[in-house]
Amino acid sequence: MHEPAHEPPSAASDDDPLSPHSISEAVYRAIRRCAIELRPDYLRALEEACVAAEASDGPHAQRAARIMGSIAENARIGLADGVPICQDTGTVWVCLEAGPDVAVPGNAFAAVDDAVARAYRDGKLRMSVVRDALFDRSNTGTNAPAFCEVRLVPEPGARLHVLLKGGGSDNASRVVMLPPGAGTAGVIDAVVDCVREKAANACPPLVVGVGVGGTFDKVAGLAKHALLREVGSPARNARAAYFEDELTERVNALGLGPGALGGAPTALAVHVETAPCHIAALPVAVNMGCCAMRSATIELVGGTR
Amino acid sequence: MSAVELAFPCPREELARLAAGDEVLLSGTLYTMRDAGHQRALECLERDGRLPFGLDGQVLFYAGPTPAAAGRPLGSVGPTTASRMDFAAPALFEAGVTACIGKGKRSPAVVEACRATGSVYFAAVGGIAALLARHVTASDLVAWDDLGTEALRRLTVDKLPVYVAVDAAGRDLYREIEQQAS
Repeated sequence: MHEPAHEPPSAASDDDPLSPHSISEAVYRAIRRCAIELRPDYLRALEEACVAAEASDGPHAQRAARIMGSIAENARIGLADGVPICQDTGTVWVCLEAGPDVAVPGNAFAAVDDAVARAYRDGKLRMSVVRDALFDRSNTGTNAPAFCEVRLVPEPGARLHVLLKGGGSDNASRVVMLPPGAGTAGVIDAVVDCVREKAANACPPLVVGVGVGGTFDKVAGLAKHALLREVGSPARNARAAYFEDELTERVNALGLGPGALGGAPTALAVHVETAPCHIAALPVAVNMGCCAMRSATIELVGGTR
Repeated sequence: MSAVELAFPCPREELARLAAGDEVLLSGTLYTMRDAGHQRALECLERDGRLPFGLDGQVLFYAGPTPAAAGRPLGSVGPTTASRMDFAAPALFEAGVTACIGKGKRSPAVVEACRATGSVYFAAVGGIAALLARHVTASDLVAWDDLGTEALRRLTVDKLPVYVAVDAAGRDLYREIEQQAS
């Protein structure tokens, strides 16, 4: 079924939660909210780091504290004035996560681009999408298309993740295919090198999403999904959680700091997601999350979390 | 360390007093220009031998703002990654642009161009665009409307907070921070 593109949000509660209409309205509301609201878990972690910097007599600690204070103040202004917390209001990344008890219709995303166009127009957000990366870099004028995926998971129910991803932090990301012998040391080097070279462009304090395993294309998805986790929450796998602590320490030893203008922290957290892979492979992806972390998870079917 | 106040446009002699790491509050006039605008500015420069739209002596802000909102000329505005403008920055400094504002490291060629021409690269903090927009008192479209957010705009700002990232002597704050670490 296709709803008219510009119909206002429907109050009908019996609407199929996975219909194009339901999904597009969830996307619309998530965009409007995310654009003006720094993710609360990021803000909490930032405020803790700011208090630590204020109490520190380390090099550049006071500048670091002032910058983090500005980021927190910016978050308050965004909500109070209803204006975007970052001028780069991003591309829209949508993931529909569905469990084995749920059937996903093939047209689930049919109205998402309409929702994107309405949200960016109504929210006075920035149009940052061009028609083709190489052959037509004219602006689409609507910030569509969104970048959508379906992910089938073992947990029952269905939920929608919506992430507004800025260009600077995505540009500062990378995929490397290491030889398996590189091991944990190789992964650490890949992550630390990426942060050293690119953090200044990615607006630290960062949340660094790291994917390890899968295939060339899947590993980038792991890194992106790692950004959805509550900032600083440990990985479910105990060895991954330990590895995250080590990576966070190594990244922060770089001393790049907030705004990459010195001090600590460079990263509030490093999140690692691992997966099986080919015997010959050790794929690693780093996806930078910036200090304007904007994402939301909306339960569509069942309460699973 | 307290912040230095500076009003734009200003002569390069005044810029020469700034040192890498200084916190500066900028007032006066800035021009927004980013990727597509730099390509067009270079084309004008090559064709006419001078900068278009009276940009000689002016300051560029690498920024693509969001539309007017909350009673302000711009809803939010902040720096984009400056290294993407490295291809054009030395030529624009030589042609008369005195300073630019962005975020992130510059190429050695841009740092050298700052030293050679007495120009300054300021770093603004990324991710505080709602706060920075409160310092913008006017925004006027100058040219390139077809570029949307990348159009050339003249902004009037009041005490916009920035840091000196590369000073007119060629000192580079980002490199110094990077080298201080392990």
